[in-house]
Amino acid sequence: MTALTQNATPIAKLEAAFAAARTAGRKALAPFVTAGDPDLATTVAVLEAVDRAGATLCELGVPYSDPIADGPVIQASYTRALGAGITLDGVLSIAKQASAKVTMPILAMVSYSIIFRRGIDRFVADAKAAGLAGFVVPDLPLEESDELDAACRAAGLALVRLVTPTTPPERAEAIARKSTGFLYCVSVAGVTGARTDLPPGLLDRIAWLRTKTDVPIVVGFGISSPEQVRAVAAVADGVIVGSALVRLVAESAPEGQPAMLAKVERFVTDLAAAT
Amino acid sequence: MPAAVAVSSVPDALGRFGRFGGRYVPETLSAALDQLEREYAKAQADPAFHAELDALLSAFVGRPTPLLFAKRLTEYAGGAQIYFKREDLSHTGAHKINNTLGQGLLAIRMGKRRIIAETGAGQHGVATATACARFGLECVVYMGAEDVRRQAPNVRNMRFMGAEVRPVESGSRTLRDAINEAMRDWMGSVETTHYIIGSVVGPHPFPRIVRDFQSVIGRETVEQCRRQLGRLPDTVVACVGGGSNAAGMFYPFVDHPEVRLVGVEAGGRSGKPGDHAASLSYGSPGILHGSLSYVLQDHDGQTADVHSVSAGLDYPGVGPEHAYWHDTGRVEYTSVTDGEALDAFDLVAQREGVLPALETSHALAWAANEAAKRPPSEILVVCLSGRGDKDAAEIARLRGLAADGSGVAR
Ligand SMILES: Cc1ncc(COP(=O)(O)O)c(C=O)c1O
Repeated sequence: MTALTQNATPIAKLEAAFAAARTAGRKALAPFVTAGDPDLATTVAVLEAVDRAGATLCELGVPYSDPIADGPVIQASYTRALGAGITLDGVLSIAKQASAKVTMPILAMVSYSIIFRRGIDRFVADAKAAGLAGFVVPDLPLEESDELDAACRAAGLALVRLVTPTTPPERAEAIARKSTGFLYCVSVAGVTGARTDLPPGLLDRIAWLRTKTDVPIVVGFGISSPEQVRAVAAVADGVIVGSALVRLVAESAPEGQPAMLAKVERFVTDLAAAT
Repeated sequence: MPAAVAVSSVPDALGRFGRFGGRYVPETLSAALDQLEREYAKAQADPAFHAELDALLSAFVGRPTPLLFAKRLTEYAGGAQIYFKREDLSHTGAHKINNTLGQGLLAIRMGKRRIIAETGAGQHGVATATACARFGLECVVYMGAEDVRRQAPNVRNMRFMGAEVRPVESGSRTLRDAINEAMRDWMGSVETTHYIIGSVVGPHPFPRIVRDFQSVIGRETVEQCRRQLGRLPDTVVACVGGGSNAAGMFYPFVDHPEVRLVGVEAGGRSGKPGDHAASLSYGSPGILHGSLSYVLQDHDGQTADVHSVSAGLDYPGVGPEHAYWHDTGRVEYTSVTDGEALDAFDLVAQREGVLPALETSHALAWAANEAAKRPPSEILVVCLSGRGDKDAAEIARLRGLAADGSGVAR
């Protein structure tokens, strides 16, 4: 990663991470990790493993009780984390610990319900203090986002917007123009979760978006294997892998932390090699 | 803070009722909500749409539903005259059908032939299955597994009408989880499927559309009061789950400030968190299921667990227009406990020959109690939102009675 001064804005660090991947002849890999599943200390260790394995950036999922955009794997991880008593302050504290230890920028994937409850300005200030680079807010459409957008711009944090297969072209352009950090291109109309095939038309959609925006285009939802990563990375600027990694953490946690972390590191290394 | 006086010209173009409402949903659903908003505007301006809906409300639902003087309940209370607006006499036994027929017609206009719905008490599920059978649409209903158990007669009836009922095992296995699952289905099916939401909740334009379709209740009541009683009532009361029967009843009265409007929430076992489902009485502003309203939630904004003996009121949120009416003071909100509602069920069954739904029994409990404090010159109208056949077995079980009801106290 290129050298950055201590006081570069979080969003500048994010841009630098994309630039570094480009310089290395790669695309960005953005794994998704649920905060607090199975517990907070383990999450810090998982983030370190993901970083070592070559992730460009990471999305940290903030558990929410009613995640309507999430499929069964991420839902279940949120339920486990909340059942174990995780709080927003707990999530922010591990974000802070982890961001001091890793080179990749960390963004929070967080429901607007949680942001609203804390209060927009306070939430943004707390997130910045925790070293987060920005947010993906899956339930905040363009029309409702002015306040958070202003607070993020003032703080130098990214507010990553999402376009989906159901977004009409003019709207996709408006969303792309507003997105900061990168643009999240949702591969399928549906909830999160691993899928075996890439949806038809995805590659064309990415190519079209490319003509509409200069921010990096990162594709997520349904991507779980190095083969899929390779196919998407051929046209996009980055790839998000969520449910597959969350499942791996959950399924191998009973084998003990060292074994689980080794598996995570190997999986992410394979994904990174495919970018 | 919202305007000091509630107005009926809400919501605005962004779906705001004062500061409440809006549209907090994943981008995947935005286009479908825009389409629904456009189609609804077109339908509203189309006389053929109104003619078709009115014909169905008349011959299929049996509207107008009567306004009945509850003579023996009035005598029992010994005060204000109590009237029932008989939504229980609607086809399928509750007000929910007013909305499902309207939205079913909208779905057909949009070319969507698959319908999904959530249900708590099962009344909205039955009403959706009914509309789908009538219109020849495919129907899938999500229902919390706990509600599948306690509202079994409605589950059977949905299946009789060709609907697929999908029990939801996540979370508290009640209404809130059923809405989550319906929304998730919609995320993946939105281009061919319409989601008929069952109350005045959810993202814009649902709260407005459902209110409008349910407002037939209040419009008829205004007219019936004028014709039968020569004046508007002093007080109108309705139970509030998501708030659709109440919104439909109250909306035509909002601009008549002399009429007192009272919404009754589920007070459950007690006022302790987790023991009730009274979002306006005990909740705080928050975002749930796509709109900003009052929500029962924790410090971080995680939705709280709730409880009510009545599946249709067992919900941690409430429609945004109620939040607006609450904050402007136009409507008073109060709550009634499980026990008070069960007692009101017995009272109305034995003194009026009407088995009310457990949801409705909450409004009836407040009404009987309030009527006793008011003079006989006053008129109190209760929205009798639904009939209680669906609850009979569960009430017998809660009371430790035999399935045949032997042992009922008289
Ligand atoms: C008879 C009856 N009344 C009331 C309700 C509560 O819903 P709402 O508050 O939307 O009227 C239900 C919900 O299932 C119901 O079946």
